[in-house]
Formats: sequence, structure tokens, C-alpha cells
Amino acid sequence: MLSYSVALKAILTKECNRFLRIWVQTLVPPAITMTLYFVIFGNLVGSRIGEMGGFDYMSFIVPGLIMMSVITNSYSNVASSFYSAKFQRNIEELLVAPVPNYIIILGYIGGGMLRGLLVGLIVTCVSMLFVDIQIHSYTILIFTVLLTSMVFSLAGLINAIFANSFDDISIIPTFILTPLTYLGGVFYSLTLLPEIWQDISKINPIVYMVNAFRYGFLGVSDVDLTFAVVMIIGFTVIFFALALYLINKGIGIRS
Amino acid sequence: MNTLEPTINGKKTAMNAIEITDLKKTYQSKSRTVEALKGISLNVAQGDFFALLGPNGAGKSTTIGIISSLVNKTSGTVKVFGYDIDSDIEAAKSQIGLVPQEFNFNMFETVLQIVLNQAGYYGVERSEALKRAEKYLKQTDLWEKRNARGRELSGGMKRRLMIARALMHEPKILILDEPTAGVDIEIRRGMWEFLKDLNAQGITIILTTHYLEEAEMLCRNIAIIDNGKIGKNTNMKSLLATLNVETFVLDTSPFKGSPDLAEYHHQIVDDHTIEVEVKKGQGLNAIFKQLDTQDIQVLSMRNKANRLEELFVRLVEEGKSNQAKGDK
Repeated sequence: MLSYSVALKAILTKECNRFLRIWVQTLVPPAITMTLYFVIFGNLVGSRIGEMGGFDYMSFIVPGLIMMSVITNSYSNVASSFYSAKFQRNIEELLVAPVPNYIIILGYIGGGMLRGLLVGLIVTCVSMLFVDIQIHSYTILIFTVLLTSMVFSLAGLINAIFANSFDDISIIPTFILTPLTYLGGVFYSLTLLPEIWQDISKINPIVYMVNAFRYGFLGVSDVDLTFAVVMIIGFTVIFFALALYLINKGIGIRS
Repeated sequence: MNTLEPTINGKKTAMNAIEITDLKKTYQSKSRTVEALKGISLNVAQGDFFALLGPNGAGKSTTIGIISSLVNKTSGTVKVFGYDIDSDIEAAKSQIGLVPQEFNFNMFETVLQIVLNQAGYYGVERSEALKRAEKYLKQTDLWEKRNARGRELSGGMKRRLMIARALMHEPKILILDEPTAGVDIEIRRGMWEFLKDLNAQGITIILTTHYLEEAEMLCRNIAIIDNGKIGKNTNMKSLLATLNVETFVLDTSPFKGSPDLAEYHHQIVDDHTIEVEVKKGQGLNAIFKQLDTQDIQVLSMRNKANRLEELFVRLVEEGKSNQAKGDK
């Protein structure tokens, strides 16, 4: 009987080795970028903004900035790793092996989640230089960050499955992911927006993730927490099912 | 149908390593539809050393791709040691070690990481994988290079790495798609010996190659695939026996004029070389006798072309001719 846990461990090890081997490209840039965000938006601009959602501006944006780095790193790790494996054709090593497709998916998204969470941890450490971190609910915090990194790892995988060039794995982050993140309530409370824009913002899934995560830190959220949790679980299930369907069909990987 | 009983050297074997029945593959794109396989049926006996030959685009790599799950078939059945790839895909995959035509390992990983990863995908525990890595990297002369990255290896080393990687889960069948393409003759001969040893240990081997000498030297059974169909599927000896005429090049002592070889169609290349066509059953003794009476000594002799090459060219030309008639 083949041990799937050995296969999963092999994929996870390979994925972790990949992003740790190129740590200057994968772990350092988010730390620098987020330090700049904290200095410019948090310290310089934030000191003139005053309170947001009942907290000083720096404390308000910390959860969103951590979540932003988790989202972008989880996504880009899987998108670039899986597409590179397609491009170099070493994905064939997995396709010829007796590894069920769900294990392949878990291996890749596991790598994306580990990078996302590691970067999230680094950004959290950086933020502690600027603000005293308080945690309202560890359960919500851990649940939200785990599932959010999973959702965006899956999204990165789906992007890589369809990608035919390296351009294709940068288009979605540039034109969709970044705008959705910036409009997802990282830097502002939705209550500042006119009602119509508040309603439109609620189409954006990142709103729920950022707000649930902020609730874990500060105990405040612009959206209903239960609804946010349901949305996050819903996206996880839908994206996993979609990724499994695409890999089972061999789209983009089998001729 | 063009199938064989599972036999090696005329003896029946326990089972077929590969059973392919009416396999079809059609590639469809927006602009065109290509029928790569038009219903091929093929058996490879357990323990066989089998050659799959054919011109470029004949369907060899598609067939191998389907057997190893890299290509989705359109219809037909494929069984690997009795496991159907439709219903027992994981069991079927476990039996196969694949050495593809193109280098498809991660060029940024080390040799050791590449083979250990592959073992892991097949469920081989790390302690066992480390032992096997040492064994197979030593057998392929790559142990000293175990910490080198894939991109740092020479072409021959990369080919050997792909063989070592394919052996890490100790498969029952090894499929090699042009394994010696682009490697020098010394390495090629070393790989032939290695493959012969593996086959002697009981591993079934399927080989595609453009070097027909390679197929003739290594393989017992052969299938020639052309235009998506099996042209010939027989054992190597039977196939070579169908060759009616062979051309020999004779290196002789210097002679003047044109030596008389009345019964043989021949051509004088220069004053010490003759090319002679020998029909099946004619024999060579008469040539030597006739030259001897003319005081011409035969110093050495060789086949002008590889015998299998002559057959292959003839079969492919016949296939084209039949296709042209069919088109009319």
C-alpha cells in the first residue's frame, strides 16, 4: 500500500526548499515593503489621520497589512512554482507517479500556505517595532489566516493551471488581486464609504478575510463575523473543488 | 489486430507487461484535428526488451505518453501488468519507470534532491530512498555529482540522471523514449550494457530510438509504428530474416580493371573496394572463390548499412506508398 503521507511530505519539502533557497526573493521583499507601509502610512500619514474604527490608525492597519502579505505571498508562491513546474515539465514527475491529484494539490497549496504564514509572521514581527500588538481571539485569528492563505494558494494554483506564459501569472495579481486587496478594507473602515460603495465592497471576498482577521486582533469588524467565516469556508471549498476538477481533467498539464 | 502471445525467445511467459487494445488518440485544436493513433493493438511480454520504432510523428511518444498517464487517450484500453489505466491507475503507474525524451527534472535542484523527491512521490520512505539513491547514482556514475545542480550536468549525465530517477521506486517495467539521443558513442555503449543488465535482472524494457543499431543490438521484439498504425510487430530475428538483399563492402588487395563476379550485382568503389549485393540464399563463399581465382584477397568485410535500417526504410516507404494508394 502506497504511503500518500510520504508523497505529500516529499512535495511539501520540495516546495519549502524552493522558497527558502531563494529567500532573498521570497521572504525579504515583503518585510521591506511592509516596513515602508508602516513608516509612511502608519507613522507619517497615520499620525495625522487619528482614530479609525476606534483605534489609532497604525493599530487599525496592522491586521490588514499582515493579511495582504499573506494573500500575495500564498498566491504568488503557488502560481510561480506550479507554472515553473509546467514550463520545465518537471510536473511530469508527479503526473507519472501514483500520487492522487488531491495530494498534489495539498502539497502545492501547503507550500504556498507555509510561505504565506512565514511572511505573515515576519510582517507581524516588523509591526511590533511600530505598535503594541493585542489579540482579541486566537481562534478567529488562526482560523482566518489559515483559510485565507489556503484560498489564495488555491487561486494561485488555478491561475498557474490556465497560464501559458509567465505573463499570465502576473496579470491576475496585477489587475485583480492588488486592486481587490487595496479595496478590501486594509487601509480604511468600510463605514467611511457612501452606502452604495459599502454594498459594492461586500462583493469583494478580501473584505471578509481582512475584517475577520482584524476582529481576531482588535475585536472589531465592518462585516458580520459569522457571515465572514461562512464566506471564507465557502471560497475554500469552491476553489479546492475547482482545482481538483481541473487537475483531474488534465487541463493545462496533460495533452 | 496485430497482437502477440506473451513470448520471449519463443517461450511463453507468465503475463504481458503491457497490453494495448485498439488505442486511439486524436489531438484537437482550434485550427486542426490530428489522428495520432488510429487504433493500435500491442502486447509486450514480461521480461522482454522491446523496441518501438517509427519515423518522427509516427505516434511513438503518444503511445508512451498514454501508457505513462501523460497523455489522455481518446479510446481503447491499456493494461500494465494487468492493471487497467482506467480503473487501477495508481497500481498501473507504480509498475512503470519512465525516462522521457526531453530533460524534465528541476534544473535548480541537486541530483540527490531530484532522485529523493521522485522516490518520495512513489511512497518510498526517506531512509530507504537514501540507500537506493546511493545504489542507482553509483550505478549511473553520478554519485560524485550528487550535490551538483541539474543544470550543471553534461548532456550524458542528464540522461543518466533520468534513468537513475526512473529506477528509484524499482519499477517492473522501464520505458525509455530515445534515451541515447545526443550522447557520445562511449556513453551510449555504457548505457546499453546497463540496460542489458537491468533486463537480465527481470525488468521489462520498452525502448524507442532512432539508432536502429541500438534496437537490433538490444531488443528481442519489435513493433514498427507509422502514421498511427502498427506496421510490423514481431521478433527481431523474424523481422531481419525477411531481408532479401544485403550489401557488403569488401576491402581487398589492390586490383586492376573490373573483377569478375558474374552472379552478383556489384560496384567497384576504388582499386581496393567492392560493394556486392548478396541475395538471400546466395551465400558468400562463391564471392571469395571467384576473387581468389583472380588473385584478389579479401582483407575485411562489413555490411554497407545496418540491416534493420534497410528494413525500416523499406517498411516506411511501403507504408507511404499504401497510404498514397488509399488516398487515391
